[in-house]
Amino acid sequence: MSTTTPRDLARPASAKASPAKPRRGLRGSSTFNFWLFTGPFLIGLAIFVYAPILWSLWLSFFEARFTVTPDKFIGFDNYTYMLTNDDFVGSLGTFTVFAAFIVPTTWALSLGLALLVNRMRFMRAFFRSVFFLPTAVSYVAASLIWKMSIFSGVRFGLMNTVLGWFGIDNIAWLIDPNPPWYWLVIVTARLWLQAGFFMILFIAALQNIPDELYEAAAIDGAKPGWQTFRYITLPQLRATSTAVILLLLIAAYQAFDEFYNLLSKTTWGRPPLVELYYKALGESQDYGAGSAGALILTVLICAVTLLQGKIMGFGRGDESK
Amino acid sequence: MSASSNTNWDRRTVLRAAMGLAAAGGLAACGGNTGRSSSGDTLVQMFHAYGEAGTEQAIKRYAKAYKEANVTTQWITSADFESKLFSSLLTDNAPDLFEFHPQIQMVKSGQVADLTDIIDPVKDDFNPADIKSHTVDGKIYGVRMIDDPQFFFYRKSMLEKAKVEVPTTLDELMEAAAKLTTGKVKGLYMGNDLHSVNDTLIWSAGAQHLDEKNQIAYHTDGVVEGLKKMRQLFTSGDLLLGAPTESWDPSSFNQGLCAIQFCGMWAMPAIQDALGDDWGVFPFPKVTDSGKQSVYNGGWSMFVNAKGKNVDAAKEYVKWLWIDQKEYQEDWATSYGFHIPPRASLAESATKLKSGNAAEGVRLFNEFGHFDNIGWTQAMRTAFEDVFANCVRKNMDPEKALDRCDTAVNRELKKLFG
Repeated sequence: MSTTTPRDLARPASAKASPAKPRRGLRGSSTFNFWLFTGPFLIGLAIFVYAPILWSLWLSFFEARFTVTPDKFIGFDNYTYMLTNDDFVGSLGTFTVFAAFIVPTTWALSLGLALLVNRMRFMRAFFRSVFFLPTAVSYVAASLIWKMSIFSGVRFGLMNTVLGWFGIDNIAWLIDPNPPWYWLVIVTARLWLQAGFFMILFIAALQNIPDELYEAAAIDGAKPGWQTFRYITLPQLRATSTAVILLLLIAAYQAFDEFYNLLSKTTWGRPPLVELYYKALGESQDYGAGSAGALILTVLICAVTLLQGKIMGFGRGDESK
Repeated sequence: MSASSNTNWDRRTVLRAAMGLAAAGGLAACGGNTGRSSSGDTLVQMFHAYGEAGTEQAIKRYAKAYKEANVTTQWITSADFESKLFSSLLTDNAPDLFEFHPQIQMVKSGQVADLTDIIDPVKDDFNPADIKSHTVDGKIYGVRMIDDPQFFFYRKSMLEKAKVEVPTTLDELMEAAAKLTTGKVKGLYMGNDLHSVNDTLIWSAGAQHLDEKNQIAYHTDGVVEGLKKMRQLFTSGDLLLGAPTESWDPSSFNQGLCAIQFCGMWAMPAIQDALGDDWGVFPFPKVTDSGKQSVYNGGWSMFVNAKGKNVDAAKEYVKWLWIDQKEYQEDWATSYGFHIPPRASLAESATKLKSGNAAEGVRLFNEFGHFDNIGWTQAMRTAFEDVFANCVRKNMDPEKALDRCDTAVNRELKKLFG
C-alpha cells in the first residue's frame, strides 16, 4: 500500500485552511461582529441615557436657572432644598398611596382576567383582545375621556348622570380633595389601561404550569377551585407575580400622564415626576433643583427595587419557586 | 477584466472612495451657494392657541404679508405653552420671537432682547402702564399686542328673576351665588382651580403682590379674610365645579351652567352671539372695606429671543407688525375676540369698543384695572396658586398657606434681587 498518494500529500494544505482556526479579516472577527451589532445601541445609550444622567448630576451642583450650562457652583444646596421641600417630600407620600392602590388591584385584576380568559372554551382570542386593547390607548387620551366624559363634575358627566338617577347631587370628582374622589378616577383609569397587558403575562405563565400537577393533586384529593388555586396555581405563578409587581411598582414611580392631565394645578395628588416637572423643570426653569430631585428619585427607585427583589426572591432560580 | 482592475476596485477601495465623496460633499456644503436662504431670511414665532375662531389664520396671514423674511408660526395648542416655550428657549430650535407676559427673570437671564430702540419713537402712543410693566432699568423688553381686562359676566334675566343686584362686595357676591343657584344652574363659575381670580383677590383686598422695593405685599389681613371667604364659597355648593372648560372659555356661561362667570373681554363676541343682550359685566368686588373693586388687565406681548440667531431680523419684524401695521393690530384686537389695543390712537379709533358692553369693559379697564408687575415671576405666580389650592380647596389655614408662599417667593426674590 502506498503511503504517498496525492490525496495524502494534499492533507497538510487542507489542514492549513482548517475551519477550526478563526478566519483573519473583519468579516470573520467575532469582536467586530459584536461591535457591529451592539455599537449603535451602545452609542444611543451613551448619548441619550448616560450623558443626560451625568449632565443632570453636574447640573445638580449648580445654580442652573434658565440655563443648562451654568457656572455658579453651589454644592449640595439643591439637594438640601429638595429634601426639605414639603411638596417634594409629600410627592413621595402620594406615590406610596398610589402604589398601595394600584399595585395590588392591578395584580389581582390581571390575574383574575387571566384565569377567566384562560378557562374559556370559546371566543378566547376575542376576550383576550378586548382586555388587551386598552393597552394601546395613550394615557393622555384615556385621561381626557375619564375627565371630560365619565367623571366630569357637571350634571351630564356619565357618573353624575347615574348618581342623579338615585337622587344624589353632582360630585366634583377632580376638583375638591375632600373627600379625595380623585383617587377613584386615577386608579380606575390606570387599571383600565394596564390590566390587559399584565393579563397576557399571567396567561403565558398559566399555560406553562404542567397539567400533571393538577392531575396529581386531584389524585391526592385536592378539590378544584380555591384549594387548587391556593396550593398549585398561585405558587407556580410566583416568579411571574414577582416580575409583575416589580413592573407595576416601577410604572407607579414613573406615573405622570394621568396625574398631570387629571389634576392640573393642585398641590395634592402629585407623584414625584409631576412634582419635579412643576417645581423645577416646567415654568420655574430651575434645572439644578430639578436634577437634584431626579437623582434623589433615581437612588430611591433603585433601593426600593433591590429591596423588593430581595424580599420576593426575584432571580433566585428554580429552587425558589 | 484585467487583474489590475480587480485590485483597484476591491471593497477597501470602494469604501475609501465613498468616504472621500462624503468628505468632499461635506466640504462643498460649507461654502458656495447651497440653494438655501441666508440665515436672516427665516424667522420662527411661537404663539399659544387662542380660542377664538380665525386667530391662527390671522397671525399666519400677517406673517405671510411680511416680505423681508419668511416667518413661520408655531401655534401651541396645549395648555402648557409656558413649559414648551421655556424649554425650547434652551435649545437650537428656540423661536426667534414669541408671545408671553413681562417677567423680570427673562430679562435677567438674557432671554429677551432690548426693544427700546423700536418702541421709543412711538412710546407716548402706548398705554403708560403697559410700557411700565415691560421696563427694567429704563429699557423696554417687549411690545404689548393686546390688553385683556378680566371681570365677571352675568345674566341680566337671571339676576332680575332672583331679585339680585350686581354685587360690589365679596359678601354680596356670595349671597348672589346662593340665590342664583337652582337645580340645574350654579350661581357662579370662576374656573375649576379658581386661579383666574388670584390676582384680583389681592387687589380687591387692598393689597399688592410686591411693593416698590420688591418685597412681599400680598400677605395682609385683607387677603387672609378674602381667602377665608373664598373657602366659604368653595364649600357652599353655589360654585360650579368640574366644568368641561376652564374659565377663559365662555361655554359654561353661554350654555346656562352658571349665572355669573369670571372671564375675559375676549369672550364678548361669543357671548353676544349666544345670549344676545342678556348679559352685563362687573369688576371683582371689594373684599374688605379698605379694599376696592378690581380688574386684571392681562394681555400678551411680543418678545425677541436675545439668544436667537436672527435678533435684528426678528426686531424688524416686530417693529413692522406690532408698531407700524396699525390695520393688522386693530384687526387682531377686535375682529375675533375683543381686546383693547395698547396703542392709545388705536384704542380711541376702534369702533367696536365704543358701545354696549364692550364700552363698559373699556371703562372698567380704565377705572379698576391693574397691570402685571414685571417682578412677579412665573414661580411666584405658581406659589400663590398653591395658596388657593391649599387653603381654599384643601382647607389649610390661610396664614399657614401664605407663610409657605412667602418662603417660596422670598427664595425667588433673593435669587433675582439679592
